[in-house]
Amino acid sequence: MLRLFANAQYDFIAFRTRAYAVTALFIIPGLVWLMVYGLNYSIEFTGGTLVQVQSKAPADVGALRAGLDRQGLHGAEIQSFGGANEFVVRARVAKPGTDANDTQATGDAVNQALTSVLGAGTFTIERTEAVGPKVGGELRSKAFLAIFLSFFAVLAYLAYRFEWRFGLAAVLATVHDIVATIAFIGMLRLEVSLTVVAAVLSMVGYSLNDTIIIFDRVRENLKKHKKDSFEQILNRSINETLPRSVLTHGTSLASLLALSIFGGEVIRPFALVMFFGVFTGTFSSIYIASPVLMAIEKRWPGQFARGHLATGPAAAPATGGGRKTAPVA
Amino acid sequence: MFASIRSRLIVIALLVIGSIYFLFPRTVSLRERGANGVMRDTTVTRVPLKRGLDLQGGMHLALELDQSKQVSADPKRDLDLALTVLRKRIDEFGVEEPLVQKAGDDRIVVELAGITEPARAKAIVQRSAFLEFRITNKTNALEKSLPAMDRVLRGLGVKAEAAPGAGKPSAVEQLLGGDSAKKTAAAKPADSAKAAPDSAAADTTPVPGGVLSGLIQEAGAVAGTATPGEYAVPETAFPRVDSLINIPAVTRQLPRGVVLRWSAAPTSIGVQQYRLLYALDDRPIVTGSNLEDAGAQLDQLTNGPIVTFQLDRAGGRKFGDETGRHVGDYMAILLDGRVQGRPPVIQSRISRNGQITLGNKSLQEAQDLALTLKAGALPIPLKIVEERQVGASLGSDSIRKGVTAGVVGTAMVILIMLVFYRLSGVLAVAALALYILFTLGGLSMIEATLTLPGLAGIVLSVGIAVDANVLIFERIREELVHGKTVRLAVDEGFKHAMNAIIDSNVSTVLTALFLFQFGTGPVKGFAVTLIMGIVASMITAVFVTRTFFMIWLQRRPAMTTLSI
Repeated sequence: MLRLFANAQYDFIAFRTRAYAVTALFIIPGLVWLMVYGLNYSIEFTGGTLVQVQSKAPADVGALRAGLDRQGLHGAEIQSFGGANEFVVRARVAKPGTDANDTQATGDAVNQALTSVLGAGTFTIERTEAVGPKVGGELRSKAFLAIFLSFFAVLAYLAYRFEWRFGLAAVLATVHDIVATIAFIGMLRLEVSLTVVAAVLSMVGYSLNDTIIIFDRVRENLKKHKKDSFEQILNRSINETLPRSVLTHGTSLASLLALSIFGGEVIRPFALVMFFGVFTGTFSSIYIASPVLMAIEKRWPGQFARGHLATGPAAAPATGGGRKTAPVA
Repeated sequence: MFASIRSRLIVIALLVIGSIYFLFPRTVSLRERGANGVMRDTTVTRVPLKRGLDLQGGMHLALELDQSKQVSADPKRDLDLALTVLRKRIDEFGVEEPLVQKAGDDRIVVELAGITEPARAKAIVQRSAFLEFRITNKTNALEKSLPAMDRVLRGLGVKAEAAPGAGKPSAVEQLLGGDSAKKTAAAKPADSAKAAPDSAAADTTPVPGGVLSGLIQEAGAVAGTATPGEYAVPETAFPRVDSLINIPAVTRQLPRGVVLRWSAAPTSIGVQQYRLLYALDDRPIVTGSNLEDAGAQLDQLTNGPIVTFQLDRAGGRKFGDETGRHVGDYMAILLDGRVQGRPPVIQSRISRNGQITLGNKSLQEAQDLALTLKAGALPIPLKIVEERQVGASLGSDSIRKGVTAGVVGTAMVILIMLVFYRLSGVLAVAALALYILFTLGGLSMIEATLTLPGLAGIVLSVGIAVDANVLIFERIREELVHGKTVRLAVDEGFKHAMNAIIDSNVSTVLTALFLFQFGTGPVKGFAVTLIMGIVASMITAVFVTRTFFMIWLQRRPAMTTLSI
């Protein structure tokens, strides 16, 4: 049979400090970048108007921008969307407190600008979105609330199924994933739309899933290998679940690859965020969730872990020979 | 439970039959408005999987009470009332499976699938359609009040010298009519030059530099034909005069029982564009709430579109009484506070039937007006707070892309499973096929709406769905490595993988539930497909694959090695 990483005996936990450095090297510049440039919210969240246009001939962006300026729409973004003949015009509502009737006027103005630059009948408007800033603000707070509340629900469930130590470790790993994903979104300048928030939440689910698979094995191994240290238990559990991780992540990445190549422009940000989520989720399950669990168990030993901590991590890696480069994902 | 292979196979067969039943193309009848404006029933055959607006094209509107001009005394009741009115209007508009519902406490959501004229739909949804009939004032109330009004304005520091800046259009108007600003600039000198001598001549007690007296003239003086209570304002000065006469201190100068209303559209007199202003009785003789029926047709004389209407019994009586009393007077027909056409003279008592002349509008617009009048007026105008609109071609394009991604993704997943798990992989692939069938069948059963993110969710879930099988297979491999017999290894593998499968799936469902709670249309669709996918993946991995293994092991009882 074809098995990848069967009987792998990598000492993952020993590499944790190096792993922290890797993730910090990614997250810190990402967050600094974010602080400088901010998140690129879609008009769903800021309020504004989006018009997706397909023209018969490739459009001259400069002429279009001049046309929009003539209509008083200064600073509207024009972006090609999938092809030379397809583009998106985004105009944000500058003043808070205005409603969608203004954004509608904006939509009409975009239409007029297009007619004057491209000529009537040479383009079709495929999609328009107009969102009042009030609605946008509501959506934004709802999105944050959803992410926040889902943490508590998962924490409660894991506390019920395992114990709170596992739940806390899993949630902390998820926090890491979200921060890393936000840094990723910031660095790629991806537009934060509802679909991207949906991707972040699915990524949370996926990453939790992965953490739980390892924790489930930890729980089992704690009962089975009474003499091992906690560190050994963690390493053993991660190694034992490694073939599964590789395969599942492989099939997930295959689906996501198909989505990002063939799924079209609207879906691509979703696929990209999830694609990143698969990596960060795997990484955090191994390098955040597991060490955090170990730290928590050392400080507040739970009933599962009590005997294992007595032997201490100093009991040397029983698995031996595992000090090779640990695959991160 | 379901210990025997036979009972398990029956359950699987029922699930398959059920899914196919819910996915089987069926014929549905639709009520649509044809090209000639008449409702008709058509039938189409299609897969009964509901597609979201982003996949089939259509329009989503979120509306709120617009209290900027008129404050609602009871917003909750007004919103409910607006909901009923909108339902009637949309029903008449003739869209397939429209959705009109309340969202939260203060919002109405309207979803119209497959519409091709979004602007029309928006107009129909937003128009208040408040119809009223008022008698024009014949006591020269406005002329008499103008000096007093001007004095008030002077007190407020508004000067006539500001008049050249008069028709300064609002920002929105600047956006809307790109060249209206230019027109204003060109028209200004002529206007002020012309207006000045007129005001001097017309006023009885002229206020030097009176702002309003400079801009408002008796229509008779301009047009030649006089209708009492009718005044003309140069179109360019219309926005300024409108804002001035709406200053409360200015409005108060009018005699009791008189209100001012604008005409709906500008009128050309000579080379000039004028907006007519009417002084009217503040009490309407009858309103649209007494309307029973309305229809659109072309006027035989002018060939312009008109809307004919019929009042109900009570309205007819009131209308008859009032018009009987006002023979020889002029009656203004107002729609949403704007006078439609020039007020006709009442020649005799009118009872239940009447008509509204629309001038240079299309028959389509007349039909839409009749529709909204018939459905009733909105208690408070509505404003659009969110609008999404997707063209049908983009929708079908999205479906095609989503399906392509799905096919390619599934093919890659199948390949991976076959390479890694060989014969067992075949079982997993069979289970995957059933998984896709169950997910789609389940979505159709609960009448979920398939959206573009939902489609992405299905593609993604194909990759994730095999996770349960992978967990089980890896576990079986481990048990085999530990030297267990094939049969025992399979049993143990399923048993031990169970905990991990349940825990991980429950936590994913939990996050999906929050997604469902917060999301709007497309994202909700994603959450639903995610949840349905997890349920289907649990069923297939735990139950279907298990059954396949049972059959396999029963047929080869002596098997010592497993192709896994």
